[in-house]
Amino acid sequence: MTHALEHAGQDPLAVARMDSLVVALESIVGARHVRHTIPERVTYATDGLPTHRRVPGLVVLPGSRDEVIAVIRVLAQRGVPFVPRGAGTGLSGGALAAPDAVLLVLTRLNRILQVDPANRRAVVEPGVVNVRLSAAAAPYGLHYAPDPSSQTACTIGGNVAENAGGPHCLKYGVTSNHVQALEVVLADGRVVELGSPGGEPWGPDLVGLFVGSEGNFGVATRITVHLTPTPRAVRTLLADFTALRAAGAAVSAIIASGVVPAALEMMDRSCINAVEDSVYAAGYPRDAAAVLLVELDGPAETAVEADAHAVAALLTGLGARAVRTAADPRERERLWQGRKKAFGAMGRLSRDLVVQDAVVPRSTLPDVLEAISAIAARHRLVVSNVFHAGDGNLHPNISFDATDLDLKARVEIASGEIMDACIAAGGTITGEHGVGLDKVRYMPLVFDADTLAAMRAVRRVFDPEERVNPGKVVPLHACREWRQVVRAG
Amino acid sequence: MNTLLEKVRALLGADAVLDPGAAGIAPRIAPPTPEAIALLLRTATEEGWKVRVEGSGSWQPADTPADLALTTRRLDQVEAVEPQDLVGTAQGGVGWDRLRQQLAERSVWVAVDPPGLAGRTLGSIVACGTAGPLRQGLGPVRDHLLGVSAITGDGRVVSSGGRVMKNVAGYDLTRLQAGGFGAFGVIVRVHLRLRALPRADQTLVLEGPREELSRAADDVRESGLQPAALELLSPALARRAGWVLAVRCAGSAAQVEAEEATLRTTAGGRFAPLASEETHAFWQRAAEALTVRPVTLRLGGLPEAADDLLDMLQHQLGDEWISASPALGAIRWSGEATAERLRRLRKTLAAREVPLTLERAPWELRRTVGHFGAYREGVGPLIAGLRHTFDPAGTLVVPVAAGE
Repeated sequence: MTHALEHAGQDPLAVARMDSLVVALESIVGARHVRHTIPERVTYATDGLPTHRRVPGLVVLPGSRDEVIAVIRVLAQRGVPFVPRGAGTGLSGGALAAPDAVLLVLTRLNRILQVDPANRRAVVEPGVVNVRLSAAAAPYGLHYAPDPSSQTACTIGGNVAENAGGPHCLKYGVTSNHVQALEVVLADGRVVELGSPGGEPWGPDLVGLFVGSEGNFGVATRITVHLTPTPRAVRTLLADFTALRAAGAAVSAIIASGVVPAALEMMDRSCINAVEDSVYAAGYPRDAAAVLLVELDGPAETAVEADAHAVAALLTGLGARAVRTAADPRERERLWQGRKKAFGAMGRLSRDLVVQDAVVPRSTLPDVLEAISAIAARHRLVVSNVFHAGDGNLHPNISFDATDLDLKARVEIASGEIMDACIAAGGTITGEHGVGLDKVRYMPLVFDADTLAAMRAVRRVFDPEERVNPGKVVPLHACREWRQVVRAG
Repeated sequence: MNTLLEKVRALLGADAVLDPGAAGIAPRIAPPTPEAIALLLRTATEEGWKVRVEGSGSWQPADTPADLALTTRRLDQVEAVEPQDLVGTAQGGVGWDRLRQQLAERSVWVAVDPPGLAGRTLGSIVACGTAGPLRQGLGPVRDHLLGVSAITGDGRVVSSGGRVMKNVAGYDLTRLQAGGFGAFGVIVRVHLRLRALPRADQTLVLEGPREELSRAADDVRESGLQPAALELLSPALARRAGWVLAVRCAGSAAQVEAEEATLRTTAGGRFAPLASEETHAFWQRAAEALTVRPVTLRLGGLPEAADDLLDMLQHQLGDEWISASPALGAIRWSGEATAERLRRLRKTLAAREVPLTLERAPWELRRTVGHFGAYREGVGPLIAGLRHTFDPAGTLVVPVAAGE
């Protein structure tokens, strides 16, 4: 059984251990749910970010919570590192496993266990696709608010791991604002219940700590989330600007006005034209320097209408060339489809796309957008911006061809410079995509050695051997303890 | 004692000693900067001193046995208010009233209305995670925090989050500090999510028997309204003859007008608006009254079970001072209680998967009951591990769980 072991440099003992592991895992999940041939494993070598690639040693797809526990216990007994993974739509290389690790794919745990309209909550398995949950809640006038652009594919478990956001998180909050309780399998196979069904923390807020821990603290096998009433009134506005700077300034003005839009998104000209050239064409003005997509919602038509008027007046006063209101739900859906599929539409621009993620104070948006343009020009790159402007959450997208090594190197350098510019503006390196592999190198730019050491120590409380998703989030070389060890050596 | 004081004076200067203490009374030390707190806690850890952390001393009784009391009251600066970004930064020892005032001058606020006296410190509110009625529409304390800097028990500075609206860089240690009762460090700086002051802010009340008001609360919830607060107050707390259901509508003028219009058709049209000069006093009285009785606790259950939980509280502890958000299943109770009754109640509630958090109480009760308890299996060791991480020598005296 050497099919799984075609990695260079493996010794016979490692081969024997791997064969034995395959047998043990197959006895739990069945042979067809353990993927060990190279073509099978290569399928899982990337996530949504094309700049990182790792072929896992094995891929196992448990079909139930009990199978997850049994698999993790086997891995614990043998000291094998593993990486939990949902749909693999992540954008930070967070769900990649190295050849010495097992990839634990959770997409078969896809049952919605309970929709409880009386208490506005649902209990789901981690592999439930985000949009399916809202569909299940819709008959009760409820929905699951976090709506990442990948919501037709990404899973709730992945959303929990990354603390996913989305356009409507401006008003309704990100994933951590909506998770009430978790059943978690720790690295050693122990099962713990965090939080409580009503959402009140049971002791210190371990649910809040777990959400966004990128798989480092264990595997969530049962997730209780809050469901939000679906707004009865909605207005969607599209404002077009002839200057990027003016669009950025309008964002701050809307937020400071006291109106809380449900969503406030921006797309620049490059992005607009990519969308308009695609099947997702939404009727965006091709000659605009930027458009803002503003959505207002609430329980009362009159109030939402009044807020929409106020925002439209504000946008016009701040230089919007035109402000268009979606006339009906169909037009609203079309406007949103263009926004949500913008990343897909950018596939027309080049072979590969790096979707960057950073957050800046909203008032710095105009300056930071100009800085990003300058970085793109300096490195001769095509950068398109489509992002959650109301949160200051930027997504500069760099189109490139990864087979062109010089171009790829320039993308890496430009990505670093974009991060530097955002940090210099008082921002941070990721707002919703996570650190994963891609941003580990930037962590010392935003956290000092003591804080990084504290993060590592917290991780070791949940996973003392650091076997779950190793090498992600915290750069060990930058932690205080590590530095001391190096000095002592 | 003298040795301790001499060392503290040598470290931080004589000014830092607010009160030299006496037999059985710990000296009270007020370090002037976060760095001074770090230095003091490093020394305390080396010397084996036990430290009680205080803010203004208006919430938790200052009766925790310790070698010294560390007060954050000199960390009282609002360091930044950025209305254009809706972000503010303040030190942990700033009084809530002062913070609110400085924010209001810039037309912004933190949408939290915690129980306690006006001068209660920001650090206390964050550490105890004590949200008030606004938790209904605007979320718990943790939702208003963008980042926290805390000094660990052994004097390390750990800073999480930042000054931006969204942040998933690293683990969310801010969540650990919010509601950690100071077990994971002394909160010295907080980055806050601000909101523009609402253009309109109206409270409407309905008085009557509790069961009737519970039904009215259900009606409000089903009407689709999203009020800032929907709070059920016991007669003693509301200072009325009967229970009161208070609905606070805050936002744009059009929004508040629409919500009032809906309320006029709810509960038989009996909701009565409070006069604007009465509104502030109504909510402030309710917040301050929760410090009058010796014990305050909170429960969090499912909304559907809120009535049952209120019955249980009345049966086991009495219905003295209750403030509940029935649509959230969140209940705060204040009164007198013995350790035995609290333990029994916690056990009963745990069987229903409802956590009981002891928010404030005399030391003996806190020690024997713990702020938290009845953890589900496997959680206790995680919390113990986290405590050890942030306070390896047990310098900070915080009875997280019973018997600590």
